[in-house]
Amino acid sequence: MHRRWVAAWALVGLGVLSLVGGVLLPGEGAPVTITGAGSTFDYPLFSTMFARYHQLHPDVQVNYQSIGSGGGQQQLFAGTVEFGASDAPLTDEQQRAHPTIVHLPITVGAVAVGYNLPGVGSGLRLTGDVLARIYLGEIVRWSDPAIARLNPGRRLPGLPIAVVHRADGSGTTFIFTSYLSAVSPQWAAKVGRGVSVAWPAGVGAKGSEGVAGQVRQTPGGIGYFEMAYAVQNRIPMALVQNMAGRWVAPSVHGASVGAAQAAARMPADLRAVFVNAPGADTYPIAGFSWLLVDSRRVRPALLDLVTWMIHDGQRYAAPLGYAPLPAPVVRRDEEKLRSLRAGH
Amino acid sequence: MLATDAPPSSFLRVPARAGAGRMRSRGDRVFRLLTLAAALVLPALVAAIGVQLWEASRLARERFGVGFLWHETWNPVASQFGALPFLYGTVVSSAIALALAGPAGVVVAIYLAEMAPSWISRPLGTLVELLAAVPSVVYGLWGVFVLIPWLRAWVEVPVSLHLSRVPLLAGPVYGPGLLAAGVVLAIMILPTVAAISREVLLAIPGSQRDAALALGVTRWEVIRHILLPAARRGIAGALGLGIGRALGETMAATMVIGNTARISASLLAPGYSLPSVIANEFTEASTPLYLSALVELGLLLFGVTLAVNVLARMLVRGAVR
Amino acid sequence: MRALVDRLMTAVGAAVTLLGILPLLSIVAYTVARGASALTPSFFVATPAPVGAAGGGIGNALAGTAFVVGLALILGVPAGVLAGLYLAEHAPSGPVAEAVRFVSDVLAGVPTIVVGVFVYTLLVVPLHTFSALSGGVALALILLPTVTRTTDAVLRLVPPDLRDAGLALGVPEWRVTLDITLRAALPGVLTGVLLGMARIAGETAPLLFTAFGNPYWSVSLLRPIAAVPLLIYEYAISPYPAWIAQAWGAALVLVTCVLAAHLLARLLLRPGRAQP
Repeated sequence: MHRRWVAAWALVGLGVLSLVGGVLLPGEGAPVTITGAGSTFDYPLFSTMFARYHQLHPDVQVNYQSIGSGGGQQQLFAGTVEFGASDAPLTDEQQRAHPTIVHLPITVGAVAVGYNLPGVGSGLRLTGDVLARIYLGEIVRWSDPAIARLNPGRRLPGLPIAVVHRADGSGTTFIFTSYLSAVSPQWAAKVGRGVSVAWPAGVGAKGSEGVAGQVRQTPGGIGYFEMAYAVQNRIPMALVQNMAGRWVAPSVHGASVGAAQAAARMPADLRAVFVNAPGADTYPIAGFSWLLVDSRRVRPALLDLVTWMIHDGQRYAAPLGYAPLPAPVVRRDEEKLRSLRAGH
Repeated sequence: MLATDAPPSSFLRVPARAGAGRMRSRGDRVFRLLTLAAALVLPALVAAIGVQLWEASRLARERFGVGFLWHETWNPVASQFGALPFLYGTVVSSAIALALAGPAGVVVAIYLAEMAPSWISRPLGTLVELLAAVPSVVYGLWGVFVLIPWLRAWVEVPVSLHLSRVPLLAGPVYGPGLLAAGVVLAIMILPTVAAISREVLLAIPGSQRDAALALGVTRWEVIRHILLPAARRGIAGALGLGIGRALGETMAATMVIGNTARISASLLAPGYSLPSVIANEFTEASTPLYLSALVELGLLLFGVTLAVNVLARMLVRGAVR
Repeated sequence: MRALVDRLMTAVGAAVTLLGILPLLSIVAYTVARGASALTPSFFVATPAPVGAAGGGIGNALAGTAFVVGLALILGVPAGVLAGLYLAEHAPSGPVAEAVRFVSDVLAGVPTIVVGVFVYTLLVVPLHTFSALSGGVALALILLPTVTRTTDAVLRLVPPDLRDAGLALGVPEWRVTLDITLRAALPGVLTGVLLGMARIAGETAPLLFTAFGNPYWSVSLLRPIAAVPLLIYEYAISPYPAWIAQAWGAALVLVTCVLAAHLLARLLLRPGRAQP
């Protein structure tokens, strides 16, 4: 009897302790918390940027949840986060429905096509047309002549191609499908582009993390994700043929070229897409990523954060595989920030 | 666990209540009201959940009507929503789970309740119950890194090499898919089926067993000819509760089912279940219609699990009373 | 011959049972094998490192889980115990009680993702924030039927003599219920709470759109908060080996706690008492 009482009271104590422990454990003394969500494309860069920002400003915590561009947009609309991050600009329809949302380009990234082929290293060549046909489910084996033709001298296993795409609403998907639509009339007609499309083939994974993870796990897998994921996890990346006919690998430089061109002709609302851009060095599958804020609800702390991100924060981009913002774009961002501070 | 109702000892309470009734203090009345209020919270909650889901899905219900149930396309960009791919995925993965865990669970229950000596049945019974204690996300983790590679190497690739002409087993082998989801779900519902079947069997009066054994019948024959027929309804209920659990399982399924809203005949193909699509897409439903369609999927899930659970519980109660 | 069939069937039964236990052993073996290496002291107290960087830990997730579970206990246990008291004491076999018992089982069967959706529309959207509070509420809704049913079952096992003795001494009925009957049933009730706690500590789906996750320590009711199962999910589907190792480590911690709770519950119930 006595033993049970001891146990019972110990249990009560445990319950109280766990609650108290949860409350009392080190908090950082009335911090300013900024909550954001969205793009998994940006997550590797943001996580480094925000950790660094917290070191510089210990009273500011930025809680960013990587739930996909679609999620970032939606949670911003619902008002549950202060900023969203998206690699797809709002559609005209969405912008009309939410006119107070402002786009702030925050970085530029290349979407790598990664694959997992035992015995085959990096640098497999794939044209846009072949990629489209793989994702349409028309090319089903790695040893298919269409792929072999582009890669003479490589031994391609007869493995079936395990296509991996995003299961959630994704700006990376937007960039990738924009590219496929630009290079393949068949893709444009059948599937089109968007943050979420009706994929004709393949398996869905959550987030760029999920796609990269799935490709890593599946022999014969192929998937698309921001370059940082491929580099950090040593996933072989494909060479894609750009408009000039040259084979290019994803790179910071390859993405910057397209971004610079787009910077020269940025529209007023800063929504610019530049897949399949011309140029000898251009990597054709690349795009801007935007921070989305609601002009009715911007705090000075948030604006300070963004100001830092477009200036000092940019130094973290290249080492991680993102291209720094072109100077004209930074200036346009500064203009927007000024007007947000002034209150419109 | 708790399916057995202990016999109430109300007959002893009568004199006490009759005596106390006249002297019931205000404290008693307050206490009664308090406990009644707490008890009524439960049905209120179920009703609230149902009402909330009904309301929040209004947009989608009005737009798509009943056709939502058999519309095959789920295309958020084009604002076309249909529940069929998810109903299909949920049903198929649960069916696989039941096919594996149903018979196995009943066999385990029979073994533990009737055949094994108690020095075996106690620890083994505990271990089977502990299967139910493992959190879903840990099953998912194990499923992704242990089960799927094993299935791929030992089941799916051999099947695909030799039996690919069979439509049920055709197609490329990804790893994640309906089969993987079915297997993980089977492991997760096994303890439910086993535990409830065991209680059903234990509820059959010992006199029937003793009489038969006295006549020289073997234990297996007692099980086969006396116990199982008597326990039929209860076991059906146990299977029903197992399905109910499988239908609502989210995390483990999401991590291994392949997250593809397509209907394929093949078990090796990736699919999508109702809980998985809600988990993946809920936070990013960027138009009111999209969100409403997802809530409607939640309403469907709620309704289906409700119906299955209610039916199953009625069967079990009948058998265990 | 018939004896042979009997023996054969017994062997089949044993084989199937052992086969059924195999996954449990596999899970335990793998979580230990792959997770043990992640369990450094800093793992338990540090916050997550930036993506791709090594190090970091699950300290804030452990605290977050403790916090939301604690909230769920505060919200769910008193209500559940009171409801169980109603069922056992005031109407042990009346139609209302039967209906409530039934509904309680039904509520226990509601998929946890649906509970998450419900709490999202109820709390997250109106309050315009993901929050520890909404996470706690969602978990409380899952805990409630378990505590109710356990309390009900355990109370009804208390010998009525205790109750009658108290009444005979002139103690008001409600005091008898609380001080005598409930006190006698306390270990059983606490066991139910312990098991419920173990279950909700491992729940992920209801927290996906309520607690949301947080890379920092958080003590605020109305801000998003981290939780161990959310972290396991996030890390498990990622490509980073460091994260995957930490997912296994966190899973090891979670599984250890949950299994320990179940074994503890068995110990509490063992001496003399019948199972609830």
